[in-house]
Amino acid sequence: MADLLDKYRDLKERHDAVTQRFADPVGLVNDRILSPTRGIINGREVILAGTNNYLGVTFEPACIEAGKEALEEYGTGTTGSRIANGTYGLHTLLEREFARFMGRAHCIVFSTGFQANLSMIAGLCGPEDTIFIDIDSHASIYDGVKLSQARFKTFRHNDPDHLARQLARHDPGKGGRLVILEGIYSMLGDFAPLRDFVALKQEYEFQILLDEAHSFGVLGERGRGLAERAGVEDGVDFIVGTFSKSLGGIGGYAVSDHPMFEVLRYAARPYMFTASPSPVSIATTLCALDIIENEPQRRERLMKNAERLQRGLMEKGFQLGLTNYVSPVVAVICPSEEAAVAMWDALLKNGVYVNLALPPGTPNKLSLLRCSASAAHTEEEIDQVIAAFDRAREQVASLAG
Amino acid sequence: MSATHEDIEATIVRLLEPYNKDGVPLAGDTRISADLNIDSADVLNFVMEVEDEFDIDISVNELADIHTVADLANLVAERLEASA
Repeated sequence: MADLLDKYRDLKERHDAVTQRFADPVGLVNDRILSPTRGIINGREVILAGTNNYLGVTFEPACIEAGKEALEEYGTGTTGSRIANGTYGLHTLLEREFARFMGRAHCIVFSTGFQANLSMIAGLCGPEDTIFIDIDSHASIYDGVKLSQARFKTFRHNDPDHLARQLARHDPGKGGRLVILEGIYSMLGDFAPLRDFVALKQEYEFQILLDEAHSFGVLGERGRGLAERAGVEDGVDFIVGTFSKSLGGIGGYAVSDHPMFEVLRYAARPYMFTASPSPVSIATTLCALDIIENEPQRRERLMKNAERLQRGLMEKGFQLGLTNYVSPVVAVICPSEEAAVAMWDALLKNGVYVNLALPPGTPNKLSLLRCSASAAHTEEEIDQVIAAFDRAREQVASLAG
Repeated sequence: MSATHEDIEATIVRLLEPYNKDGVPLAGDTRISADLNIDSADVLNFVMEVEDEFDIDISVNELADIHTVADLANLVAERLEASA
C-alpha cells in the first residue's frame, strides 16, 4: 500500500529546490503590518505591492472602532452556522445593506469568498445542469463546479464567440445552463468583455453568475463592479464577491433579484454547515461598505496609482500581462519559472513584496510577478516599486551572468 | 461525410501532438493522460480543440471514462453519428 503523501514527492522536491536558494514563496510570514502598504518581512520593512488591498481600508480608524465595538458587544465568534445559532442581527443588517448598495432584492453573506463560490455554484447546479466556465477561472469556481456534480464545459479565455459555439452545439436536455465569468481575472488583471457575453442571451438560454472578487469597490461609478461599469447589471443573474479585497475583511456575498434566491440558505451546503463570519468581520465590512459608497475618490486614486505603476514598468521595458487599458492588477511576465522566483526574491531584498504566481495556476502557464495597486500607495511608493523592479532585474542578471 | 474510425484517430493524434512533449509514439492504444504526462489544464485545452475540430459537444465529466486515443475516437464517432 502506498503512503498517502507519496503522491506529493515531486511537489515537495520542487518546493525544496526553491527554498534552498530563496525565501519561501508560499510560506512567507508578515512579521508586522505597519499600514495598508507597509510591512516587516524577514526583518526588513517592505512596500506591500501584492495584497489586493485595493482601497487601503484595512487600518481605517472608523472600521477598527466598529470592529472593537462589535467585539465588546457580540463576543469573539458566533460558534455556529447561519442556519443554527450563527445568525446575528449584524449579519442580516449587512445583507440588507449589501442588497441596497447593489440595487438587488436579495443578498446572502458567506464566511469567505471561496465559500461564496462553492455555495452558489453547488447550490444552483446539480447533475442535470451544465456549467460553462472560462478556462482561466479561479480555483473556487473549478471546485464549486466539482462539488455541484453538474456537467461542465470550458470556453477559451474571455472569448464570447467560443462560448457561443459551445452553447450552440450543446443540448441542455432537462437541465439548466449556468455561465460563470469573473469581473477582473486575478492573475493578469484583464476584465471580462461582459457586454458581449450578456448579449449572447438574445440567442441562447442560460443564466450568468459573475464573480466580482477583484472588481467590487474598484470598477463602476458607484463601485458595484464590472456589471455596473459595463451597464449590464440587468443581464447578470447572480453576482458573487468577497470582503477580503476592497472591503479589507474576510467573508463573501452573493446578490440576486431571483424571486427564489433565499432558498439557497437551506440548499447550499457550504453555507449551511460552516460557522458564520465573526461579528468583528461583519462590523468592519459594514464600515468599509460605507467608505466604498461615500469615498469614490479612493477608486480614482487606485486607478491613478495603477496607471503610474503600469506605465513605469512598461517604460523600464518589462513585459506586462495587460497594456491596452489600466487595471488595478499589474502583472509582470517573466521569461521562466526560475527567473520569476529569483526576481521575486530580489524584490523582497530591495524592499518590495509582490505575488509570485507560477504554473499551473496561471493562464497559459506564465510565470508572473503580480502586483496590485492600492489607493493607499503614495506616488513615491509606486516609484520605489518601479525602481526596485529595475534594480532586482540588474542584480538577477549579474548573478546569472 | 462519414469519417472512418481511422480518420478520427488520425485527427486526434494530430491534435494531441503539441502536448506530446516526451515524443511518445501516438497510436490508438496511447493512454492520453497516463502516457503523455499531460496536466489537467492541458486536458481541458485539448478537449476544446477536439470539440472545435469535429464541431461536437463533449463535457469534461465524460472524460472519466476516456483513457486511450481509441476511446476518445469512439466517443467522437458516436457524437458525429448522433448529429448526422
